[in-house]
Amino acid sequence: MIPASFDYERADSVEHAIRLLGSRDDAKVLAGGHSLLPLMRFRLARPSLLVDIGRIGDLSYVREDGDKVAIGALTTHDAVNTSEALRELCPIVAHTAGEIGDPQVRHMGTIGGSVAHADPASDMPTVLVALEADLVIEGPSGSRTVMAGDFFKGLFTPDLAPNEVLTEIRVPNTAGRGWDYQKFHRRAQDWAIVGVAALDGESARVALTNMGDRPIRASGVEEALAGGADPTSAAVRAAEGTSPPSDPFGSAEYRQELAKVLVRRALERSMG
Amino acid sequence: MATTERYVGSSVPRKEDAELVTGRGRYTDDMAIPGMLWMAVVRSPFGHARVKSVDVSKALGMDGVVAAFAGGDFDWAGPLLMAWPVTSDINNPPHFPLAKDKARYAGDGVAVVVAESRAAAVDAAESVHVDYEPLPAVVDMEAALAEGAPIVHDEFGTNRCYVWTNTNGDVDKVFAEAPVIVKERYRVQRQVPNAIEPRAILVEPNNATGQFTMWSSTQIPHVLRTAMALATGIPESKLRIVAPRVGGGFGSKLQVYPEEALALELSRRLGRPIKWTETRSEGYLATHHGRDQIQEMELAADEDGRIRGFRAKVLANMGAYLRIIAPGTPVLGAFLYCGAYTGEAYQIELTGVFTNTTPVDAYRGAGRPEATNAIERAIDALARRVGKDPVEIRRMNFMPPFTEATQSIGGLMIDSGNYPATLDKALELADYEQLRKEQQARRASGDVKQLGIGFSTYLENCGWGPSRIIGGVLQYAGGGWEAATIRCHPTGKVVVITGATPHGQGSETAFAQIAADELGVPIDDVEVLFGDTDVSPNGWDTYGSRGAAVGSPAVAMAARKVVAKARKIAAHELEVSEEDLTYESGRFTVKGAPDRAKTVPEIAFSAWTAHNLPDEVEPGLEESAFFDPGNLVFPYGAHICAVEVDTETGEVEVVKYVAVDDVGTIINPQLVEGQVVGGVVQGIAEALYEEAVYDENGQLVTSNMSNYAIPAAPEVPSIATGSHVTPSTTNDLGIKGVGETGTIASPPAVLNAVVDALSPLGVTEIERPATPENVWKAIRRAKGGAA
Repeated sequence: MIPASFDYERADSVEHAIRLLGSRDDAKVLAGGHSLLPLMRFRLARPSLLVDIGRIGDLSYVREDGDKVAIGALTTHDAVNTSEALRELCPIVAHTAGEIGDPQVRHMGTIGGSVAHADPASDMPTVLVALEADLVIEGPSGSRTVMAGDFFKGLFTPDLAPNEVLTEIRVPNTAGRGWDYQKFHRRAQDWAIVGVAALDGESARVALTNMGDRPIRASGVEEALAGGADPTSAAVRAAEGTSPPSDPFGSAEYRQELAKVLVRRALERSMG
Repeated sequence: MATTERYVGSSVPRKEDAELVTGRGRYTDDMAIPGMLWMAVVRSPFGHARVKSVDVSKALGMDGVVAAFAGGDFDWAGPLLMAWPVTSDINNPPHFPLAKDKARYAGDGVAVVVAESRAAAVDAAESVHVDYEPLPAVVDMEAALAEGAPIVHDEFGTNRCYVWTNTNGDVDKVFAEAPVIVKERYRVQRQVPNAIEPRAILVEPNNATGQFTMWSSTQIPHVLRTAMALATGIPESKLRIVAPRVGGGFGSKLQVYPEEALALELSRRLGRPIKWTETRSEGYLATHHGRDQIQEMELAADEDGRIRGFRAKVLANMGAYLRIIAPGTPVLGAFLYCGAYTGEAYQIELTGVFTNTTPVDAYRGAGRPEATNAIERAIDALARRVGKDPVEIRRMNFMPPFTEATQSIGGLMIDSGNYPATLDKALELADYEQLRKEQQARRASGDVKQLGIGFSTYLENCGWGPSRIIGGVLQYAGGGWEAATIRCHPTGKVVVITGATPHGQGSETAFAQIAADELGVPIDDVEVLFGDTDVSPNGWDTYGSRGAAVGSPAVAMAARKVVAKARKIAAHELEVSEEDLTYESGRFTVKGAPDRAKTVPEIAFSAWTAHNLPDEVEPGLEESAFFDPGNLVFPYGAHICAVEVDTETGEVEVVKYVAVDDVGTIINPQLVEGQVVGGVVQGIAEALYEEAVYDENGQLVTSNMSNYAIPAAPEVPSIATGSHVTPSTTNDLGIKGVGETGTIASPPAVLNAVVDALSPLGVTEIERPATPENVWKAIRRAKGGAA
C-alpha cells in the first residue's frame, strides 16, 4: 500500500539521531526498515518524521569485549549469522540470525531494529532473553544499559524513550554450553508460530517466542530442570504462564501444546 | 528458406522468455501518458452496511485532487457482465461498479477519487467520509441459508442464488439397493488467487474522435470490450482493449471488474487518461476469490468396492455479487463427481449461495478441483470401508480404455482415455512398493514422523468450449470458438494473430511451432500477436485450458488455408495442375521433377507483387480461420504423493510427488512440464497452506501475504512428471488441455496421503488445508480428545 506522507532525515551520528528524534513527538528511527516500513505501508504506523540511522557506519560490528560479545545495533542479520566470533563464542545468536526471514531480509534487516521493534513473534529477542543479554541505549542524557528480560515491556513496546537509540547488544560467552533454537513455522520466511531458545548449563535457560505479548522465560521449565527433571518431564510445564495469541497460523491452545513438544526437543538437543 | 525440422513435439525454448526473464516485458503499470490522472477507490470497511451518505467535499479540497464521486453519481448503461445464468430462475442481482445504498462485502467500492498523483489519490480516498450503518453480516453458507439469516440482496428475500441439478440413471434405486454407502462431507476452502502482477488499468481517451484505449491486466480483452460497451454505452467500435504483458491470472483476470468500468467512465467524464493499479492488500479484498464449497459426497457400492452410484450435494459460495461466470464455475465440475469411474447412476445438486464476502469466481481449475476433491477422497474412504488398497479400488472402478468418444455416467462424451495406463506408469515412477515398505517400517517402529501415500486418478473437462454445447444445455451467454489469422509478409516472414490471450503459459511458442511446421518456415520467422482488440479483433481469450486445445487448431486451420492458396499460385507459376504438386515442409514440388519447386516464402512474394496470379486468385497471402470444437477435451492422469507427517506437531512435508498425465498430443514437452509442475505446486498450496478466512463480521482475516500462506520455493518438493498420450478426438491435432490439470489433480493426492499417514492412529478425515494445527486436531480427535 501507499504510506501516509512523512519527512525524512538522515542522521550522521548517534548524537545527531537523538537530536532529530527530539525534534518531533512522533519521529521514528529507520534502520533496515524491515519492521517499520510494512507497518507504514499499511498505514498502521504514521510517523511524521523518519530518522534514518542506516548510514551511521560505526554501529555495525561484532567484537569480543571481556567475557561478552558486543554487537553493534546496525549489524545485519546476515552479518550476525556469518560472524566467526559469534559462531565460536555465542553460536545460538549466529544460528538464530540465519532463521530470520529470507536472504533479502537478512541482508537489510538489523539486529537492533528487530530488537527495538519488540515484536513477540521475532526470534532474536527470545534468544537475548534466554542469554540474559545487555542492551545499551543512548539518549540525550547519556548511556544506560538494560537487561533484555526487562527491555521488552509488551507488544511492540520496548523500554525505549522516543528520543533514545538502541546502539549495542552485549551477549555472554557461551562457548562450551549446549544450545538450541527451535523455530516452528509453516514457510521458511515466516515468523515463528512458536519458537524456543534453550541454553544448557548449570542454570539452564529456556525462553519462548510468540507465547505472550513479549519474549518470555519458560520459568516452570527452568524450575523443573533446576530440580533435576529430564527434558520430557520439564517440557510438560512449557505452557505455564503463557498467553499466546490466536491467529490464522495457530490457536492459543495449539501453540501451548506445540510449546511443550518444541521445548522437549530443544532441551534434548541442547543437552545432547 | 524451407526447413525440414518439425517443431511440434520438441522442447523449443520459449520465444517470450528473452523479454520476460530479462525484466523487459511491458506491463500496464509500466505505462504512463502525459496528463494522466490516478484513481483510488473508497472501499467499505464493513462486511455489510447501509451507506447512509457519502461526503467527498473534504477530498475535493485536497491538493492535486481533480474529482470525487459517490456510487449515486453514476448512471450506468448496464450492470457489469454476468455471462452465465445457469438456471432460468436464478437470482441475478445487477452489479454496478460502485455500491449505492448498501455495501455487501468488506472491500465493496462506495466512492472514487481522481488526483494528479497516486499518493494524492490514496490520501484523498482516505478522507472521503462515508456514513455507514453496520448491518449483521453472514459469511458462512449454511448460516446464510438458515431461517432468519441476514439477507445480502434484500429483493430476493433469500441468500439462495440458484439450485442446479443433473441426474443420470435411477439414483434412488441404486442407493436403496447398494450394500455399502459411503457418505463424506468436505469443505473446499476459499482461496485468494494472487497472480504475481496486481491488476492495473490505464485508459486513454481520444477527445477528438470519441475513441478510447484501455490497457488492462486482463485475460479477456475481447470479452472485456463487449462488457465495457454494455456498462458504459460507449460503442464497441470506439473501444480498443489491450492486454499487454500480463503477469499471471489463474482465472482472477478472467473477469470484468468495477475498476475497469470506472476508469473508462472517468476518462470520458474528465477527458483525461486515468490510471489505477491495485495494491496487494486491495487485491485480497477486491479481486475475486476461488473455490469455497461445502460438499456432501455419497458413493453406493457393492461389498467388494465396485461403485454403483454417485450422489453429491454441493453448496457453492458466490460471495456478495455474481461475477462474470460465478454461477457456472461449480457447473464446470458438475459432470466430474464420478471421476474416471463407472457406475449406474449419478446425481448432483449445486446450490449457489450469497454471503457478505468478496465475490467468488473461476480460479485455476474452476469447479473441477472441487469435484476431484470429492470423488478422489470419497473413493479412498470407500477403500478403507471395504478394506482395499487405494490402487486396487481405483483399478476395479476405472472406465476401460477407449479411443473413440465414450459416454460417462457423469454425462460427458469423453474423447479418449486409458486410465490404468497412467496409473501403472505413476506407480513405477513413484516406486510404490518401496514406499509401502518404508511406511510399514515407520509404523512398526512408532516413528514420530509417519509416512503416507496418496493418490488422485483424476479426470477433467476443459478446452472451453464447443459454442453450441456451452450456449445450449449449459446456458452460457458467450461463445467458445477461437480465431487465428496468418499473414505471410513478402519477405517470407510470418505473423500469427490469435484470439487467445496468453499471459505466461507459453502459448506464443506453441502457436509458432504449429505455424512454422505447417508453413515450413523457421520458427524465428514467426511472430505471434495477440491481446489487442485492434490487432486481433476476434477471439474468446485464454482460460479453461483452451489456449492449446482451441487456439492451436485455429492456427493450424489458418495455416492450411494459406497453403491451399499458395498451392494454386505455385501450380500456376510451375505451369502444372494443383494435383501434380506435392507439399512437404513448406515446399511445393512437381511430382517426378524434384528440381521444379516453390517455397511458401517465394509464393508470398509472388502473391504480394501480384504480377502473375491465376485469374481467380486475389493478391496477398493472408488467411483467417475460426475453430469451434465439437466437444470439450478430457485430460486425465494419476498423481501420487508421499508425505511425512510429524505426529507431535502436525507438520506435513511432501517428500515425493509423481504426476503422470495424458494431455493428448504434446506440442512442447517443456511447456507441458512447466504447466504441470506449476499446477501441482498451486495444488499443494491448496492442500496444505492457503485459506482465506473471514471472521463473523465479514472481515477478511487473512488479508495479505504475511498471514495468507502462499508457499515459496523452500516448501516445494521436486516433482517427477511422466506422460501417456491418447490423442484427443475433439480436434485433429489430438490436443487436450494442460493448464489446469496439476491444480485439479493434486490437492486430494496430498490430503489422501496425510490421512494415509495417520490412519494407524484412527484418522479418517482432515480439514482443508492440512495445516499443522488441523493435522494436530485430527490426531487429537482420533485419540478421543476434544477438538
